[in-house]
Amino acid sequence: MSAIAPTLADTERFQATFFEECTELLQDLEERLPSLQAGNIDSEGLNAVFRVVHSIKAGAAAFNFTELVKFAHVFEALLDKLRSDRIQRSAQVFSVIVRGADLLAELVEAARSSRAVPPGLGAGVISELNELLGAPEDAAPAPAAAKAVQEELRHARAYRIVFEPHRELFRHANEPLLLIRELKHLGELETECDTSKLPDLAHLDAEAAYLSFVFHLTTKAPESAIAEVFEFVDQECVLKIEELGAEGDPSGSPATAEAARDAAQSDTAAAAVPSAKGSTSIRVDLARVDRLVNMVGELVITQAMLAQQLSESGGGQRHQWTKGSEELAAQTRQLQECVMAIRMQPVRSVFARMPRLVRDIAGRLGKKIRLVTSGDQTEVDKTVIEELADPITHMIRNAIDHGIEDADTRLAAGKHAEATIELAASQRASNILITIADDGAGIDRAKVLKSAIAKGIVREDQKLGDDEIYALIFAPGFSTAEKVTEISGRGVGMDVVRRNISNIGGRINIHTTPGKGTRFTLVIPLTLAVLDGMLVAAGEEKYILPLSSIVESIRPSRAQVRTISGGMQVAAIRGEYIRLISLHRILNIPGKVPDPWKALVVVIETENGSKAGLVVDELIGQQQVVVKSLLENFDAVRGISGATILGDGRVALILDLEGICALPEHWRADGGADELEPVANAPDGGIESASMPMSVPKRAHAPGAPEIHASA
Amino acid sequence: MTATQAPLPAEASPARQEKAQNGGMKQFISFKIGEEGYAIDIMAVREIKGWTETTPLPNQPEYILGVMNLRGIIVPVYDLRCRFGMGLTEASRSHAIIIVSAQDRMAGLLVDAVSDILTIDSGKICPVPEAECGASADYLSGIVPVGETMVVILALDKLLVRGHGTPSSQMSEVQQAA
Repeated sequence: MSAIAPTLADTERFQATFFEECTELLQDLEERLPSLQAGNIDSEGLNAVFRVVHSIKAGAAAFNFTELVKFAHVFEALLDKLRSDRIQRSAQVFSVIVRGADLLAELVEAARSSRAVPPGLGAGVISELNELLGAPEDAAPAPAAAKAVQEELRHARAYRIVFEPHRELFRHANEPLLLIRELKHLGELETECDTSKLPDLAHLDAEAAYLSFVFHLTTKAPESAIAEVFEFVDQECVLKIEELGAEGDPSGSPATAEAARDAAQSDTAAAAVPSAKGSTSIRVDLARVDRLVNMVGELVITQAMLAQQLSESGGGQRHQWTKGSEELAAQTRQLQECVMAIRMQPVRSVFARMPRLVRDIAGRLGKKIRLVTSGDQTEVDKTVIEELADPITHMIRNAIDHGIEDADTRLAAGKHAEATIELAASQRASNILITIADDGAGIDRAKVLKSAIAKGIVREDQKLGDDEIYALIFAPGFSTAEKVTEISGRGVGMDVVRRNISNIGGRINIHTTPGKGTRFTLVIPLTLAVLDGMLVAAGEEKYILPLSSIVESIRPSRAQVRTISGGMQVAAIRGEYIRLISLHRILNIPGKVPDPWKALVVVIETENGSKAGLVVDELIGQQQVVVKSLLENFDAVRGISGATILGDGRVALILDLEGICALPEHWRADGGADELEPVANAPDGGIESASMPMSVPKRAHAPGAPEIHASA
Repeated sequence: MTATQAPLPAEASPARQEKAQNGGMKQFISFKIGEEGYAIDIMAVREIKGWTETTPLPNQPEYILGVMNLRGIIVPVYDLRCRFGMGLTEASRSHAIIIVSAQDRMAGLLVDAVSDILTIDSGKICPVPEAECGASADYLSGIVPVGETMVVILALDKLLVRGHGTPSSQMSEVQQAA
């Protein structure tokens, strides 16, 4: 019977599950707080909040997280009184609940990291809770304590308790023996065990509960204390508590009956929703889903390979095969879509953490801020979601600390004292757009430039456009904060944000209006797993361009192409001058660099709206590819967002177009094996000709190493 | 591409492995680059493949040959000859790629030929003499005599370091040492 003596590993596993559940529950709670705070919560909402606290308490009790249980108990008591209208719904009460929710989250976190709870943590909230509850004695959680309080008031009475566990009892980590022991604490106990349901050994399911019990308990404790013993199992058993001919004063019984009914009520409410949920969704280990996604990815590749081989083969039966092959392609694609849909999740899980963050930081800085979220139903891949939380947190923190002025400055500028931060998500084609907008002071162009010069990020004589200056805030080590606060200002931040975002194939745009506010837009692919791409050839190599960025492909006439200063080529296409970028040159592909009028120009549009023409040798065709990360076994490579495996089993790189456009053109001079010129000064040269100062490659010095071998 | 797959001796015989550990003995896979013998910890070796065509990565140090497809996983391939400052390998079908795993990452090491499995008493492994200016190549973890010759043991975690933009000063010292 593994349930009786769980091993250490089991306990750890159960605990992990408990904390996983806590995270979900707290998220749910967090989502409900805004409506609670606004005072327009209905009883449905209150019930939901109650259930969260109750479930956490139940789990915490199983693992002996006493601090957590103690607080959850008091908190629960308040919520219970509130939903049964025994406490007036008031702004004060709601504010205590909001703070209580924060404290609950902190206690869960403390339990998770097995930290000791700092003494006095949340004392204010607890005392307010107790005050609202009126009688703190009621809140004493342990049956023993309740017993102690009421011992003198009551005479012993006898109860007959029928306890018939359901079969699943053990599966929920409950154990009758512990309950019996607890009952024994209450008074004199006689136990009858009914073994009639026990099957013969051959049919015994070791994890099922077959025994049922009848207890005769003589106790001075109230009936509610008995009910409390069974608090966590009463959805999993048939429980009857009957008083057998009172031995003492019966006057106390109405009250205790009420308490017992309360307890029963709260538990049925708590049970109702989780079980309903259970029937429509299951919890699956993410690793299993990933394995499935990978398998389907392999299938897609195999299918593509088959299709390719088929199209290359001749023969009389080809027609028949083609039909089958097309069906296979369609089904494979559908299968893949279904599998990908499993991993899609609403961004709500990330957005829901933000109100608390805003409350927290705004409170600490003494600013008044309203957070408005929208589009939190927008779904993105689970792996993307995980990567979103940090950057969004950081940007909101920045907005509060740097973006938003203090109330006096705001009033003086004719703005509302309460600032607004908007956090919105929406889907655009195969991307998710996340905007974080504040109505603060905007980015101070002069201040940014001054600070960047002071920190040596740019030189004083560099001429920069507005966009380039705003982009400076993403430079490593940049900070304009005059003083370093605990919230921000250390200059680690926006560069990390940008790196995180670009790691998941996304980008950030900034729009800022001095005095009006700043808007950051994140454009992130919905999924990292598949991509609609165009396969192009350049020299011996094949590359994938994201189809969504391609505008058109043309072969310009010689007259359309001009070479302007610094060797840059532009093509005049319908009145627009488009910068031409040779893939050969920028990716250092061996072989002759083709002239644009003899090759093909693929016109692409990047997320910030700028266009460029990539010069390639050939368009091979459109293809959906399974994206593989380079980061799994390697580092980020500029201009490359990932890789895929083609039908012939070879690896093709997926181009990051924005990155490509930002690459300095004469990489060939520093990276090429055939060049022997010293490279020490090359990175500097790179800065001047790069479109943006920050496009200096992270590893600008890396190419130095091979040069030395080449010359040796 | 015909991949010659060698079975993994380490996985095949856990008993032997245990014995090796008990006696302070460790097992290594040795391989050759030119005339020089090198070895890596057998526990890091996942498999040995024949040379396959790689897809070059742009703007990387020269010793990063590119990436290859290992049953759906993208694995970078390092040209060890080049990494040690001895110029690029002209890879042919007789060359081998040793797939290793270190620090949760997989990598392929292009070598001239895989030689042997060595069982070495850890006590016999000597430190690499420091180069003149104090810093020796930190990916060389030791030297051990094997028969008439000696074998240099590599520290994979240092060899496949993230960011792999090895400072050029260090590289030149390798050359001095070599």
